Amino acid sequence: MSLNFNVPEFMVERNEDRCIQCEVCVRQCANEVHTYDEEDNKVYADETNCVNCHRCVLMCPTRALSIKKHSLEFRENANWTASAMNEIYKQAQTGGILLSGMGNPKPYPIYWDRMLLNASQVTNPSIDPLREPMETKVILGRKPEKVTFDEDGNMTTKMPPQIELSTPILFSAMSFGSISKNAHASLARAARETGTLYNTGEGGLNKEFYEFGKNTIVQVASGRFGVHKEYLNAGAAIEIKIGQGAKPGIGGHLPGEKVGEEVSATRMIPEGSDAISPAPHHDIYSIEDLRQLIYSLKEATDYKKPVFVKIAAVHNAPAIASGIARAGADVIVMDGYRGGTGAAPTRVRDNVGIPIELALAAVDQRLREEGIRNEVSLLVAGSVRNSADVVKAVALGADAVYIGSAAVIAMGCHMCQKCYTGKCNWGIATQREDLVKRLNPEIVSTRLANLIRAWTHEIKEMLGGMGINAIDSLRGNRLMLRGIGLSEKELEILGINHAGE
Amino acid sequence: MLKKEGQIRIPSGCAISGIMNRKGERFSGEDIIASIALMHERSNGLGGGFAAYGIYPEYKDLFALHVFYDDVEAKIRAEDFLNTHFDIESSGKIPTTKVSAITKSPMIWRYFIKPRKFKLIESELNEEEFTARCVIKINTYFDGAFIFSSGKNMGAFKGVGYPEDIGEFYMLDTYKAHLWTAHGRFPTNTPGWWGGAHPFTLLDWSIVHNGEISSYDANRRYVEMYGYKCNLQTDTEAITYLFDLLNRKHHMPLETVVKVLAAPMWQDIEKEAPEQAKKLKALRAVYASALINGPFSIILGFKNGMLALNDRIKLRSLVAAEKGEMLYVASEESAIRVVCQNPDKVWTPKGGEPVIGLLNEEAKV
Repeated sequence: MSLNFNVPEFMVERNEDRCIQCEVCVRQCANEVHTYDEEDNKVYADETNCVNCHRCVLMCPTRALSIKKHSLEFRENANWTASAMNEIYKQAQTGGILLSGMGNPKPYPIYWDRMLLNASQVTNPSIDPLREPMETKVILGRKPEKVTFDEDGNMTTKMPPQIELSTPILFSAMSFGSISKNAHASLARAARETGTLYNTGEGGLNKEFYEFGKNTIVQVASGRFGVHKEYLNAGAAIEIKIGQGAKPGIGGHLPGEKVGEEVSATRMIPEGSDAISPAPHHDIYSIEDLRQLIYSLKEATDYKKPVFVKIAAVHNAPAIASGIARAGADVIVMDGYRGGTGAAPTRVRDNVGIPIELALAAVDQRLREEGIRNEVSLLVAGSVRNSADVVKAVALGADAVYIGSAAVIAMGCHMCQKCYTGKCNWGIATQREDLVKRLNPEIVSTRLANLIRAWTHEIKEMLGGMGINAIDSLRGNRLMLRGIGLSEKELEILGINHAGE
Repeated sequence: MLKKEGQIRIPSGCAISGIMNRKGERFSGEDIIASIALMHERSNGLGGGFAAYGIYPEYKDLFALHVFYDDVEAKIRAEDFLNTHFDIESSGKIPTTKVSAITKSPMIWRYFIKPRKFKLIESELNEEEFTARCVIKINTYFDGAFIFSSGKNMGAFKGVGYPEDIGEFYMLDTYKAHLWTAHGRFPTNTPGWWGGAHPFTLLDWSIVHNGEISSYDANRRYVEMYGYKCNLQTDTEAITYLFDLLNRKHHMPLETVVKVLAAPMWQDIEKEAPEQAKKLKALRAVYASALINGPFSIILGFKNGMLALNDRIKLRSLVAAEKGEMLYVASEESAIRVVCQNPDKVWTPKGGEPVIGLLNEEAKV
């Protein structure tokens, strides 16, 4: 074995005057950075393993710890950056594919931050959400073109199944397996508390969570893990996952170490076996096959559940979305290239797919040109970071948004991007019992519900400022947006004017 | 150069008024001019207009087109198109008189027409849809030509100026109608293009509107899915198309259309009986993008009557009154009292609650 060229990314600084050798950091760090030396009565750190998750810093009772970027610098080079070189060292060492967790961290443009919102002044009044009703209710599902009535005024239109949300924010798919049971429980409870939905991801649904059915979207992905009739009928909606923003075009792999007793039972696979989701669904090789799967699922659930189809935002998204709408999906979900994940090949995560803002604008416009936008709902994800992103997404044309990364951050995630190691110190992306129990669903579900409530309050403030009192009137209302620092082409794709126009 | 309506979105505040005789008895334009003139302060001289129903009984089966032309070339091009698609029964200048306050008027022409039979058969459309499409086509693709009125036995009269001056300019005291609506405009940014004034019309629909809707682009992008083109980028245009889509194309009764455009709040829907709640919920789900948000009061004229409506939280003034067979609606009560001193009843409609005046059965068109 040759010398490991990789150097630590972070430095652990311990203030020896403050350290009381209580060993909390030793016990808290699943990466085994800290060790206690009895002879010296001192705690030492091997920072090679440090991922900068802040667990030890926040748990240290005397605030003795801080983590810094490692000062070990390479000679400055704009082309051969430290990360470019480190990645080569790693691959030269292992011969493997580079893995990463969470979403694309590269400094590509973030279009949310290049759009500004409007507000009312004089010619129409802003509306105060503290004094007037401000409606954020969203109804997802396939809509008929029109509502018809008989001569007595009775409705003759039969409405397809619809889902009511109190706010245009849902929790994104995260499977039991990729995240812990306690994390799942927190999402489910928060969804119920705030009148929205969470999504099982492709790991099946633990029986204990069936009681949250009305607030659950059950996912059917290429691995078909945990899919059976009862499961399909357990939720409020079914989502067919074709792709995911963090890794468009490829499948998934849950390592056998994470497949313990409960994961095994929920996924319906043997304990300790790798759970491999193939890149494509092996019964979907074209759009007509998708239609068959949509209708098989509708048959299995007696046409009572809306079927969502989720794709990664890729170059040809508008045409694909149009196909999905015509294949019978009730809701189209698009996940942008910044969407998070438990594990993805770094090169795929950082280089495949397109920004959700552009995909959303293009798809909404395309569906309108085809006259079918009103028939389907459009959900977007990847990545929505705050309530202003939500407002901008709705103004571009989305019915609602999914949040995944924001939700795990609310749960305590510190974006160390090491979810795939299974050593999540915050008890989120792990199945290790001692780590899982660090996450208390009682407390964490409140944090999640708080986040949803806070964003909803902010959405209401911004709506009121625009002189709008129902989120319906914001949807696709692109006059409420102005670009800042965007090229003509970008403005054209987003379908907005530049600030000052 | 200032951009005109159609090149840029121009918001405006306004005054509106409507007077109707439910028996269908016709009266001259003097009252409506007096009513709108009283609200002089609510306009700024950059637009005024009227819609009159029942003014062309001798041509009641023909579509009456009122057209603005910028120049003779535009007129030649548009007439070429009209001749190809319609039989023109009669045409000529709309009579006007000199008014010192009204300047720079375009050429204003009127045509009484019906679709050419073979064109209609070829198009597989009915008369109304065929005519509506031709009107939208001219207004979209024919530079310098703008059809500002296209209904039967009705007409719009509008221009740049205070409404009372516009009324005098078109000599509305010489016309007789059973329903008049009027508009005085206070745009905040317009070069004064005649086509930009209210009312906005399509076929028999005419709308006068006060307010600036904040849902404009959501409404526009919704109706444009169904073949409409919002060329003027004005609220009035979008609202007219919404009425046309829901009532004429989706066969929705006006009382229901109102429940879509000024939809009841979710909190109120939940208080309704289950059957009604289900209906209202379906309407809000399917027609979410047709909800008109922000302040507005409108008066919609159509062949059998008028409908006045406020936004659902009443951010604009609107008053209604009745005296015998006469129904009045206006932005201010004084604008009613100036032409009807002692009404039988005066009331302030709630937000989202329409005032609907229909012609009596025997008077219906």
